Amino acid sequence: MALLTVSGSPHIQSKQTTNKIMWTVVIALLPAFLVGIYYFGLDALIVTISSVAFCVLFEWLIQKYILKVIPTIKDGSAVITGILLAFNLPSSVPIWILAIGALVAIGVAKMSYGGLGKNPFNPALVGRVFLFISFPTKIAMSEWPLPKPLFGGASLTDTVTGPTPLLALKNGQELDLWNMFIGHTGGSLGEISAIALIIGGLFLLFRKVITWHIPISFLSSAAIFALILWLIDPQQYISPAYQLLAGGMMLGAIFMATDMVTSPITYKGQLIFGFGCGVLTIIFRSFGPMPEGVSFAILIMNAVTPLIDKAFKPKRFGY
Amino acid sequence: MKTFHRGGTHPEENKLTNDCSIEVFPLPKQAVVFVSQHLGAPATLVVEKGEKVKVGQLLAKAEQFICANNHSPYSGTISKIDLAIDFTGYKKTAIYIDVENDEWLEGIDTSNEIVRDIKLDSKQIVEKIKEMGIVGLGGAAFPTHIKYMLPEGKKADYLIINAVECEPYLTSDNRLMLESAEEALIGIEILKKALGVEKALVGIEKNKPKAIEQMTNLATKYKGIEIVPLKTKYPQGAEKQLIYALTKREVPSGKLPIEVGCVVNNIGTAQAVYYAVQKNRPLIQNILTLTGKSVKQRKNLLVRVGTPIQSVIDYCGGLPEDTGKVISGGPMMGKAISDLSAPTVKTTSAILIMSNKESSRKEETNCLRCGKCVTVCPMGLQPIHIAQLAENRLWEETEKSSAMDCIECGCCLYTCPAGRPLLDLLRLSKNNISEIRRQRAKR
Repeated sequence: MALLTVSGSPHIQSKQTTNKIMWTVVIALLPAFLVGIYYFGLDALIVTISSVAFCVLFEWLIQKYILKVIPTIKDGSAVITGILLAFNLPSSVPIWILAIGALVAIGVAKMSYGGLGKNPFNPALVGRVFLFISFPTKIAMSEWPLPKPLFGGASLTDTVTGPTPLLALKNGQELDLWNMFIGHTGGSLGEISAIALIIGGLFLLFRKVITWHIPISFLSSAAIFALILWLIDPQQYISPAYQLLAGGMMLGAIFMATDMVTSPITYKGQLIFGFGCGVLTIIFRSFGPMPEGVSFAILIMNAVTPLIDKAFKPKRFGY
Repeated sequence: MKTFHRGGTHPEENKLTNDCSIEVFPLPKQAVVFVSQHLGAPATLVVEKGEKVKVGQLLAKAEQFICANNHSPYSGTISKIDLAIDFTGYKKTAIYIDVENDEWLEGIDTSNEIVRDIKLDSKQIVEKIKEMGIVGLGGAAFPTHIKYMLPEGKKADYLIINAVECEPYLTSDNRLMLESAEEALIGIEILKKALGVEKALVGIEKNKPKAIEQMTNLATKYKGIEIVPLKTKYPQGAEKQLIYALTKREVPSGKLPIEVGCVVNNIGTAQAVYYAVQKNRPLIQNILTLTGKSVKQRKNLLVRVGTPIQSVIDYCGGLPEDTGKVISGGPMMGKAISDLSAPTVKTTSAILIMSNKESSRKEETNCLRCGKCVTVCPMGLQPIHIAQLAENRLWEETEKSSAMDCIECGCCLYTCPAGRPLLDLLRLSKNNISEIRRQRAKR
């Protein structure tokens, strides 16, 4: 008779795996990717694919030659970092800058802490912020590629630039909310279309990869705080509707803040985390020198995550 | 729908034998009965090699407080008394019996006639339960009579009957309620009387609608027995979770159910109590589900204690080609068996045969901090955190994180997408904490 396997219970496991979670996130990012390609053309495609390639390559090189472990690139986490890094940059970003961003994201923010699951900060955001403070002139802080629908007849080669919605709004321009909702607006490659990001988010909710806690508390606290400011002075502060649709708000709330590695474990902690992200974003946007603040808000809340985990432990049974 | 308030998960139910009527398993030629089939001290042998025994005759006597009598499930000759391997892989003292005929001891009522009238008083009932070697059939095999000897100053409000059967695959309690509901209900009446309570709550998961219907209809004939359908959620049948689901009372950490005025017994135990008290029949047989996706003839069987597991499997068409694991119990909390010559014991409620594909663990990756283990833990623990402490061998820290409260339901390991051995590390913590506590007690 064949030998029987003996091991501790339980003898069955759920079908969810790390790889499935990661690739589900990749699929959820596809709608926003397609909108990016539609409005920014081949540039968007090239930037995203290069970013993914750099991230995967750096992870493989570091694991194989520096850490000397079996590379785990097929888990898909480096692919996500690559996509998110690209989504947070303008489609006009030079490739060499992209490579530096990927190296910082994977090398510094992820692998130096021990790889997947060990990093305290969202790697893609660390990469993005590094590029923003290092190359403010290369990645135009005020001038971004404007949408130019792929099938709209315009040529693909010349890039038109203009202010991002947030800057335009800060300068008092009127913008069309519907255009911002569908993504017909300027901004980073993957952040422009609220609807595409929401579709991706619903897919993640449906597949139980994320829960509603962080996105909802993030968006609602941002909306409420923005509303308060707007009611105080509608001339100076941007209205809540624009705040939610503009910039990296949706991408941040749905895909970056929900990164399970860098956010709190319990639902209560996640609500606090989302609340912090929302309020900080509006503070940075309203009072900071830069029009955008989502990245900084999430990174700061990432830093607070261990504290939140400590403060909001689940209630134990029978105590 | 009532349920427990924290954590839990819902594995695929796979109740493949829900509609298989209970068959009586033929007597084996040779049987092996352990001296100790319960939690606590082993019973003391009262028979010798070469002796002839009858069905129901005392083989080993309980002489210590937490201990239970063991009776012979067979008539025949004791061929030897020796160590035998049990389903957990350990060797224990066992009585080998060459089975001849099926001759019962006088005074045991072997008929199927229902005896409704309860003649014994509460003290006599507890004495009878003890005499007949009844142990908890939910899995822990705790001697039942002890639960009914309440500590000084404690009073019970509820008798709680666990008919939840939340483990996937298992169907023996379901069949019991469909085929012997009245015996179980009289058993509950007896236990109520022994405990001196007005009310018994019977929790049944709602994935057994026929059993719920049958029990509810019949329970109207009995005063103070309430059938409560519960949400299908694992581990609904865990003692503390069940008490909470039925009474909203939370058993304090490290304490027994009586602390919140409850005594819990399994529905199978209730039936065994009926046999003991009304029929003078000791606990010598139980209902066993033999199941598994590749098993040719899945069955619910009435099996005498001491039947070699191999012979039960052979009876159901033999081991399937793709067998990887044979489990005593369900897939969430059952024990993997290493040697199929091991005999069944009083608490063997299922033999589950799984392929390696179904039962092997997923590839392990780094922890993603997804927090699913925390969300599903019914005890409100943080398996992610305790596992990290255990990997660093910080046992005293695991104690502070309440590792000892772990009920080993397996929700964490079941759910973890990273395939981390969370429950293994929790068990390791519990073992080490126990050792530390023993050392402390010595000082």
